[in-house]
Amino acid sequence: MTLPSAPGSAILTRDAGGARLALTGDWTLVHYMELQARANELAGTVGNDVHVDIHALGAMDTSGAFVIAEMLGSRRTQTLSQDESLPPARRALLKTVGDAIDTYCKGVKKPRDAGFVVLLERIGKGMGSFWKQTLKLLAFIGITLQGFASTVLRPRHWRMTALVSHIEQTGLDAVPILALLSFMVGAVVAFLGSTALASYGASIFTVDLIGFAFLREFGVLLTAILLAGRTASAFTAQIGSMKAREEIDAIRTLGLDPVELLVLPRVLALLVSLPLLTFIAMIAGIVGGGVVCLAVLKMSPSMFLSMLQADMSLTQFLVGIAKAPVFAFMIGVIGCMEGFKVSGSAQSVGEHTTSAVVQSIFVVILLDALAALFYMEMGW
Amino acid sequence: MKGETVIEVRGLINRFGSQTVHENLDLDVYRGEIIGIVGGSGTGKSVLLRTIIGLVRPIAGEVRVFGENLLSLPEERRSQVERRFGVLFQSGALFSSLTVAENVALPLIEHAGLPRMDATRLAGVKLALSGLPVDAGRKYPSELSGGMIKRAALARALALDPEILFLDEPTAGLDPISAAAFDSLIVTLRNALGLTVFLVTHDLDTLYSTCDRVAVLSQKRVLAAAPIDEVARTDDPWVQAYFNGPRGRAATFAAHKGKD
Repeated sequence: MTLPSAPGSAILTRDAGGARLALTGDWTLVHYMELQARANELAGTVGNDVHVDIHALGAMDTSGAFVIAEMLGSRRTQTLSQDESLPPARRALLKTVGDAIDTYCKGVKKPRDAGFVVLLERIGKGMGSFWKQTLKLLAFIGITLQGFASTVLRPRHWRMTALVSHIEQTGLDAVPILALLSFMVGAVVAFLGSTALASYGASIFTVDLIGFAFLREFGVLLTAILLAGRTASAFTAQIGSMKAREEIDAIRTLGLDPVELLVLPRVLALLVSLPLLTFIAMIAGIVGGGVVCLAVLKMSPSMFLSMLQADMSLTQFLVGIAKAPVFAFMIGVIGCMEGFKVSGSAQSVGEHTTSAVVQSIFVVILLDALAALFYMEMGW
Repeated sequence: MKGETVIEVRGLINRFGSQTVHENLDLDVYRGEIIGIVGGSGTGKSVLLRTIIGLVRPIAGEVRVFGENLLSLPEERRSQVERRFGVLFQSGALFSSLTVAENVALPLIEHAGLPRMDATRLAGVKLALSGLPVDAGRKYPSELSGGMIKRAALARALALDPEILFLDEPTAGLDPISAAAFDSLIVTLRNALGLTVFLVTHDLDTLYSTCDRVAVLSQKRVLAAAPIDEVARTDDPWVQAYFNGPRGRAATFAAHKGKD
């Protein structure tokens, strides 16, 4: 097929004896475009009275046979394939393709047109799936709480090894990146504060800005967003690939509870590590801001610390850290739930991993906004 | 039957770590035949297939397909030779992000340069040729049953009208009825398209119903390569256990009964 070959041709002649269609040359995939064009020209003119002669045909493969069969129609192809004077291999090929084209043509449907109605339909479907998604999330939260309630009083069902291993993966391993990230954001906030407050002659309050920002908001938010990206995706991928390889089904048939085995250790590990990481993020952020204060505002370390101590009450810290367990729970639950929703393919694992990250970041920011409103109304 | 040699393996040595899989293995495959490769688990049947199609680089020895050594060819030439064979992998290896029809149309678009419309139509015919219903083309591989995946993978392997078809355990995991249908499909396609088929299998019924010759892999080489009845008479403990075990006897019985 890689040899150079003469493209096939079809010549229609009419004389006293009737019309004849002579096919010559190679009818192969290499010449598909030319053959298709020629066949389209002839399609209307080849009536049932035309005698088809393919004895001079060169090479023919399924593509060529398809073009011929389409031009002649499946019934005439069948007649042609019964011609005893043709080699048996060629007749078999014509017959096979003729049969195939028969099944193929029967089932072809028109593609749907894309228009306004389709747009509306997609919006509707989107709303429907958002609603279903919310219900599923609530249901999964319920299942997780139920699993927790049923194992909490039975120490034999505590998966300590898994729990500790997940604390290491989600907590300890995330410390360096989180500390660095918070340190840099702290420095950026301090720069921003010192520049903006300088025009009021109040650049000394940069210290308060850093303190408030990190204790109340940034510490916990940065940690939660980092873990949503780092841990929720890992949970989904781990559980998802287990689901794809039927390991979850195996757990069920062994009479074990996948929630107890897979979900609880992960969610509990996050409940332990996220508050601890939040604390580290707060410290790192304040240190980052402090370094900028020392360098840019020429403040002494003792002054920075004494201002921080005077202006920051314990409430600020508690208000911030109180959000950590809630975020941890939601990130863990969403990560695990998306893992359980994976079906069969490798692509599905990818889709649900993305979905887990997007959802958990969305939920974290939504809850944070609600908490800010609540704290403001409470005057905390 | 013996025609031109399309695959020629000489002195092949494959080794993974300290484990030798093939030691001076020789094999010839002739144009137009269906050759079955059998052997116990771990005798390197799939490794042999992967070596011939150029996925595994042997330690030593030479593999020639259409008289060309794939591994020493420049990229461009190699791709041209590769278009002349189709491979059906053990678990189908359909691309899970594409629909079945797109899977089959992909080589047509990429290699034959067909426009998407024509490629899709041609893909539909190939799917019908492999015995799939038309609506299967719009489905994703994860929505298909095992037998349908094999058929779809066969359609993709046949997309470019290859001269050699490599099948890695095509009937593994199929129910006996689907497996028998698949066997007869392969024979039909071989007769219609003049294919050479290189078939790795464990399935004795497939061997009896399709293969012209059977090559037995044992003791790191090809122990025998001959028509099946001849191979079955080879004086080797593994061959005897294979063909004259309970399953082997049942398949022999069925095959001979079918002929009568």
